[in-house]
Amino acid sequence: MTEQTTRLVLPSHIEAVGEAAAAVTDFVQSCGIGEDAAFGIGMAVREAVTNAMVHGNQEDDTKSVEVVFNCLGNALEIEVRDQGAGFDPTGVPDPTDPVNILKTSGRGIFLIRSFMDEVEWFGRPEGGTTVRMVKKF
Amino acid sequence: MAELNIRERQAGDITVLDMDGRITIGEGSVALRSAIRRLLEEGKKQILLNLAGVGYIDSSGIGELVSSYTAINKEAGELKLLSLTQKLRDLLTITKLLTVFDAYETESDALSSFK
Repeated sequence: MTEQTTRLVLPSHIEAVGEAAAAVTDFVQSCGIGEDAAFGIGMAVREAVTNAMVHGNQEDDTKSVEVVFNCLGNALEIEVRDQGAGFDPTGVPDPTDPVNILKTSGRGIFLIRSFMDEVEWFGRPEGGTTVRMVKKF
Repeated sequence: MAELNIRERQAGDITVLDMDGRITIGEGSVALRSAIRRLLEEGKKQILLNLAGVGYIDSSGIGELVSSYTAINKEAGELKLLSLTQKLRDLLTITKLLTVFDAYETESDALSSFK
């Protein structure tokens, strides 16, 4: 597996989520990742990019979402960066709790955590939020 | 080509929606929402979603399935799922939604389960 990096800058339109999904599909193939792991990674990236566009940047045309893929020796690291007001992941309720099970939203972060080995959110000094996700092999 | 194509057919009182494509944020989720709303307006409340052709769904699409389920239940109807792909079944398992939805592998079993 060769170390490589790809960087993508997307407008804050949900139509561009598909572009991120296509990029992650190409990237995981070039990293030699198997189909099962690729599905989960693709889903995590879709959810993170959707959150960045919709909740982070509020679909503001003047703001962009940056996605950086790093294929390391034994892991894939992905960062999704928005230019929003910040995000507190501890405030998101568990969507599998019976009181939340029929809610129509709030499953994106749960799915990201389900499919990736490490997930962390941090504020950026220049503003906005980065979510860093790692899948180990 | 549309993100999600939906074909409608009747099996007695039950409306079957054969879905082909992806149910994701934007066009796919909106197409499902519009189809369910229209059926409820037409008084069709027993609905079977054939998901055999749905290769991908995201959290928005899962939310739309839940929204469809609650909207149909509110009208005293029934929504059931048919032919989940393995990936969709896995997603509904980890989100614990297989405890909510009635899902069937064969159309005859699904149709005979309606009241």
